[in-house]
Amino acid sequence: MNWDVILPLAIFLILVFLVGIYTSRHIKSGPSFLQDYFLAGRELGGFVLAMTMVATYGSASSFIGGPGAAYQLGLGWVLLAMAQLVTGYFTLAVLGKKFAIVARKINAVTLIDFLKARYESKWVVILSALSIVVFLFSAMAAQWVGGGRLIESFTGVSYTTALFIFSASVLVYVIAGGFRAVVITDAIQGVVMVIGTVIILAGTIIAGGGIENIMSELRAENPNLITPYGSDLSLTPLYVSSFWILVGVGVVGLPQISVRAMSYRNAKAMHRAMIIGTFVVGFIMLGMHLAGVFGRVVLPGIEVPDKVMPLLALEVLPGWLAGIVLAAPLAAVMSTVDSVLLLVSSAIIKDVYINYIKPDAEEQFVKKLSFGITAVVGLSVFAMAINPPDLLIWLNLFAFGGLEAAFIWPIVLGLYWKRGNANGAIASLIVGVGSYMFLHLNYPNLWGMHTVVLPILLSLIAYIVGSFTKGVRPHTNTF
Amino acid sequence: MKKGTDWRYRVSNREAIMGTVLAILNFIWWYAFAYGLGGRPIKEYTYIFGFPAWFFYSCIMGFVVFTILVWIMVKFFFKEVPFELDETSDKEEGDAQ
Repeated sequence: MNWDVILPLAIFLILVFLVGIYTSRHIKSGPSFLQDYFLAGRELGGFVLAMTMVATYGSASSFIGGPGAAYQLGLGWVLLAMAQLVTGYFTLAVLGKKFAIVARKINAVTLIDFLKARYESKWVVILSALSIVVFLFSAMAAQWVGGGRLIESFTGVSYTTALFIFSASVLVYVIAGGFRAVVITDAIQGVVMVIGTVIILAGTIIAGGGIENIMSELRAENPNLITPYGSDLSLTPLYVSSFWILVGVGVVGLPQISVRAMSYRNAKAMHRAMIIGTFVVGFIMLGMHLAGVFGRVVLPGIEVPDKVMPLLALEVLPGWLAGIVLAAPLAAVMSTVDSVLLLVSSAIIKDVYINYIKPDAEEQFVKKLSFGITAVVGLSVFAMAINPPDLLIWLNLFAFGGLEAAFIWPIVLGLYWKRGNANGAIASLIVGVGSYMFLHLNYPNLWGMHTVVLPILLSLIAYIVGSFTKGVRPHTNTF
Repeated sequence: MKKGTDWRYRVSNREAIMGTVLAILNFIWWYAFAYGLGGRPIKEYTYIFGFPAWFFYSCIMGFVVFTILVWIMVKFFFKEVPFELDETSDKEEGDAQ
């Protein structure tokens, strides 16, 4: 075992663990328990908000799958990854103040609370809760696999043990601390991600003999590595551009992102988060993916793309520093998983149980139930991840696309278009998810675009057509 | 009660449009440099700090320029509004916090 790598990692895990315990003391009991457990009492400042958005969004694919793809395809994949720069500001600008104001007016704790108040429809709530639970569950499983593999790859323990260490540390701080623990650990993890990016990029550039040298070696190996088209010319402009929808503007539709727009303290916090968030997203995406490309010169011939980052860190850095850097992807995975875990359990408890099964549930019982369901969901993901399906990045993107197609229009048009109504939202949810799954399975990358583009267009049409049908009048009281 | 005339919503609508316009400009910048300069034959590539020019302008400068533009947009054009107005809470929920 490589103790100088493991030690910084262990310290990181313990730190995160302690934060969870510490923040659990801040959870109020009484009537505001749900707001507190699931939204940290709406008091996030700008820095924490930016970091939690970046860390939640920056997942295993940004640190493991993404750099691996960049290693194989070259600068074209970095270009593709930079489509994410827009998420740093677009999401907050669009959800913006309106979402925060409305959420406070109606006392919303979850995204579904918002949809429920906006559309006043049982079916909107049920379909939304269903998509959140199904899609986010599979996204989580993919992330846990990533977390387990990561620990496995640099400690040498078996995959199951690695997965256990990972799950245990995530579960403890999420269950104990709720959203506040999640965002505070996210902030720590965001900082670790930034530092890790700087170190690994610098280390790789030095090991590769400078950027000029790296570029000329890449060109000598395969000139296409330094074009926007990818080493095998598979990256067409249309395909790469379609990622602006999947990982750029479409992120507005991701529940784990939009729920954060309910939690900022004030307008100033939101403003700061937009600036910090844009910088940090851009910096991490550029840095990590570039390191992946440069890694090809430093460590040629890696066959499994997911191993590029860990191997690169171990190659170009001294052990203890590699430990710090490898905490970055672990941080990315953990901070995605923790938010999603909380979201799934809030969908079950708040949106289904309290809405439809027992609206008058007692406070103490809800509290116990929140801890309990979060634990059960976490343990079932652990069970799923023991026998992992392959292709981490694609499973993750599958969930992303499905959620975006489902939610982008009910959220955005729900906020900004008065005529939008329940029929539109239901049509949009069904058409979005249905067409995404159908196309993903039968005609992936239709007309050379990422599968997500068409379902988002179709669900827009469905929303508009649905909203013009008679029967449900547009609802404008609260909004 | 006021219906959809909350002045804060107008601020929010305007800012949502600004964010969208900036995203469109961002896309154009990114695309034009990447495929404008990067679409040439590789022999004709020029290099800046070791990076191919298309990559330098599209990804690196794009990142710098748009981070600065976001800062300018937020600092000079975004308005601070209160999220909770006292007048709105006189109806229904007495907010038990």
